[in-house]
Amino acid sequence: MLKLIWLIPLLPAAGVVFNGIFGRRLPLKAVGTIACLSVLIAFGLSVGAVLELAQLPDGVRQFEIDIATWLPLGEIGGTDLTIPWGFGLDPLSSILLLVVTGVGFLIHVYSVGYMDHERDYARFFIYLNLFMAMMLLLVLGNNLLVLFVGWEGVGLCSYLLIGFYYDQPFDKRTGLTCADAGRKAFIVNRIGDFAFLIGMLYLVVEFGTLKFSELNTALASHGGTPGWMLTGIGLLLFFGACGKSAQIPLYVWLPDAMAGPTPVSALIHAATMVTAGVYMVCRMSALYSATPEAMAIVATVGAATALFAATMGITATDIKKVLAYSTVSQLGFMFAAAGVGAYVAAIFHLMTHAFFKALLFLGAGSVIHGLNGQQDIRKMGGLRTRMPRTFITFFVAMLAITGIPGFAGFFSKDEILAGAWNSGNTVVWAVLGVAALITAFYMTRLVWLVFFGRYRGDDASWSKAHESPALMTVPLMVLGVLSLAGGWVGIPAVMSGWFGAGDINKLHHWLAPAITAPGGHGADAAHGGASVHEAGMETMLILIATVVALLGIGLAWMIYRRDGAAAAWAKRFGPLHNLLRNLYWVDEFYELVILRPFYALSRFFAAFDRRVVDGLVNATGATAEISGQVIKLFQTGLVRNYALMFLFGVFVILYYVIRAV
Amino acid sequence: MGALETVAFVILATLALASAMVVVFHRTPVVSALALAFNLITIAGFYLLLNAQFLALLQVIVYAGAIMVLILFVIMLLSITAEPRLHRSGSIQSVLAPLIALGCAVALGLAVYRGSEGGKYVVSSTDFGTVRSIGTELFTTFFYAFEAISLLLVVAMVGAVLLAKRRL
Amino acid sequence: MGPQWLLVLSAVLFTLGAFGVLWNRGAITILMCVEIMLNATNLAFIAFARQFDSAEGQIYAFFIMTLAAAEAAVGLAIVIALFRLRESTDVDELNLMKW
Repeated sequence: MLKLIWLIPLLPAAGVVFNGIFGRRLPLKAVGTIACLSVLIAFGLSVGAVLELAQLPDGVRQFEIDIATWLPLGEIGGTDLTIPWGFGLDPLSSILLLVVTGVGFLIHVYSVGYMDHERDYARFFIYLNLFMAMMLLLVLGNNLLVLFVGWEGVGLCSYLLIGFYYDQPFDKRTGLTCADAGRKAFIVNRIGDFAFLIGMLYLVVEFGTLKFSELNTALASHGGTPGWMLTGIGLLLFFGACGKSAQIPLYVWLPDAMAGPTPVSALIHAATMVTAGVYMVCRMSALYSATPEAMAIVATVGAATALFAATMGITATDIKKVLAYSTVSQLGFMFAAAGVGAYVAAIFHLMTHAFFKALLFLGAGSVIHGLNGQQDIRKMGGLRTRMPRTFITFFVAMLAITGIPGFAGFFSKDEILAGAWNSGNTVVWAVLGVAALITAFYMTRLVWLVFFGRYRGDDASWSKAHESPALMTVPLMVLGVLSLAGGWVGIPAVMSGWFGAGDINKLHHWLAPAITAPGGHGADAAHGGASVHEAGMETMLILIATVVALLGIGLAWMIYRRDGAAAAWAKRFGPLHNLLRNLYWVDEFYELVILRPFYALSRFFAAFDRRVVDGLVNATGATAEISGQVIKLFQTGLVRNYALMFLFGVFVILYYVIRAV
Repeated sequence: MGALETVAFVILATLALASAMVVVFHRTPVVSALALAFNLITIAGFYLLLNAQFLALLQVIVYAGAIMVLILFVIMLLSITAEPRLHRSGSIQSVLAPLIALGCAVALGLAVYRGSEGGKYVVSSTDFGTVRSIGTELFTTFFYAFEAISLLLVVAMVGAVLLAKRRL
Repeated sequence: MGPQWLLVLSAVLFTLGAFGVLWNRGAITILMCVEIMLNATNLAFIAFARQFDSAEGQIYAFFIMTLAAAEAAVGLAIVIALFRLRESTDVDELNLMKW
């Protein structure tokens, strides 16, 4: 099965081709079935491949296969550079693979129900399958260029899917349409991709290869590459990740990406595409572990984004936007983990986040679907009686994300915090802690305002509010179970020690050999020192994390359970509330500082093209015309003038003849 | 001998130039024609100066005699009293023509002057310019040219008659 | 004694005739100026014939004279024909060689 991993991205691609050609003529159910089936088979293949990978002994648990040569580039950077269409599977990509295909399949099923009465049904599933194909290409590629192809491909699909309702207006405040939102996403991504490309080029120059296996060997030997070069490459690649994974300063596209249909938000902007940046950083762990400077910057940006985005979630009033800011914040957690060296923790959180964030988005979609399009949480409330299944699963996800012990998010978040503390980055730990507090706060706020209290919309919509069909609620329930139990593969040694069991941290055992930790050891920061630091410190940290979560929940419950209290608090913090409501005016800042000069420059070039370039061309024509007019003057028709010209000619000839003499 | 020649040359030259000027610049065509006749006779004088008797005679008979008469006949026929002058002052023609003509004159004159420096008249035979010498050359070396030119004369005659007819 | 000055005179007469062709508007005067030019050429020929003591130059002059006669005849016939067309001998009336 391992040898067939190249088939995995091809299956959804086949779905694209099939639905692309026949989609219009087939009944809706057929289109949906084909799309879901292609992903299901891909999932099956993935499971088989991973099982086969697990059979391999511990130290050599990786597989590579080069299908074809793509770019035989010859002599570059001292070595013969040939870039293949190569695929590989190792513990790191195996986790991503299962998450992408598994959660992807669930979301495909959900979409069949959600997009039921949508026009352009076939187009949606074509784009969705295309996205899956590209994402799988990204995950399975064994060199940076194949990864980049997938990287760009998911960016394209993101654009296509965000702008799915292309002419619908999206943001009343800024007047954007959905197509504009798609464009914004693509362009901001491209800015990051530019840095990514340059980083790749430097890698080629420095190491002569883009294959991960070869890069890892080259980096392990540490020969001769100056530190600043490694840092530079690391930062360039990270800037690309900032674009794809919505970190500061390139996060601005993600909230606007909510213009797309909710399954899109769930799949792309929660579970898979945005995590590509985290995956890339962990994949290049050998590089990052060799440059502490780059890692420091990664950690700082991640932590700052985590806090920054969380604050914006406190005042958002669109159910999807709250979740969008939450995603940005959680991605910040993941990058912060990678930055402090806890790569395993970052991937762990990536996995659990995929579960509960997808669940949250799909649940939000269910609410929106049940309320026939309403997305403003100020007009919701008390829906737990009307939509019980949605409510329960949503609540489970909320418990997971806030980090209540036992649920998935608890274990992964705790590992990140432990990693930050153990690596000595207490500032990062503190910032992440505050962010966790705020996370708990806004999630509780969201759950309360949507499902508890009294309904604040009009009576007509209340009577029509209904639970979603099984096609939508079954995936919710599956994800609910995963959000509950998904963290149990990563129970830290400390906690299993409480119950007298040994180290059952299966995830850590699986992943650690695939990652290079700082200092070059196979272990990583979160657990390498499990025996060095006291178990007591770790227990203390776990307790602090739990208290923080409960504190956040409690605060939100206290403020929101009475009707007018929230408004009073908002007034009390007037300017701060305004700042958050307007999202720190970052979009306006970009518009002023970057976009306006750029438009002016474009207008200048357009005018230049019109006047100078076209002017030159027109001038040539004009010259021909004018010279014609001038020569026309010679043709007077008078015989004497012609005789004069004869004599003039004679004179000229005389002159030359005589000069010779 | 030399001095007489020079004097004769100067006088003839002046007369030739003067009459040529009259031809070019005088308003009345009849006066121009008469001036031209005079010019032709001065040229004949030059020929005589150069010992080319036959051609001098020919010049007077053919040119001053036949051609001038023809021109005068046509002037009378068409009753041309005064030729219109170049009246549009400032037009290109009136500016450029003198300039270019002057340029040509200077160029040609200079060239000719320099080119013929040191040339001298060679007088070896007393046969020069006689009818006999010309006739001999004409009917032996230039026989074909002679016949061709008689043909040309016939053609010219026919052409002139045809062109001047009122109705073809 | 040499043909120098004679040739200069010939050159001057020639350009004078050329100028006359350009300057005058009457067709007959133009023809007369053409005759001046031809005569100037004849003068040059005879001068050279004298210089090299050959009859050739004289024969060339003889032929030129013949040609001048033929040309004068035909030219005057054309003037008469044009006079019938335009009622005048002004060459500026012949302005149709434009397009």
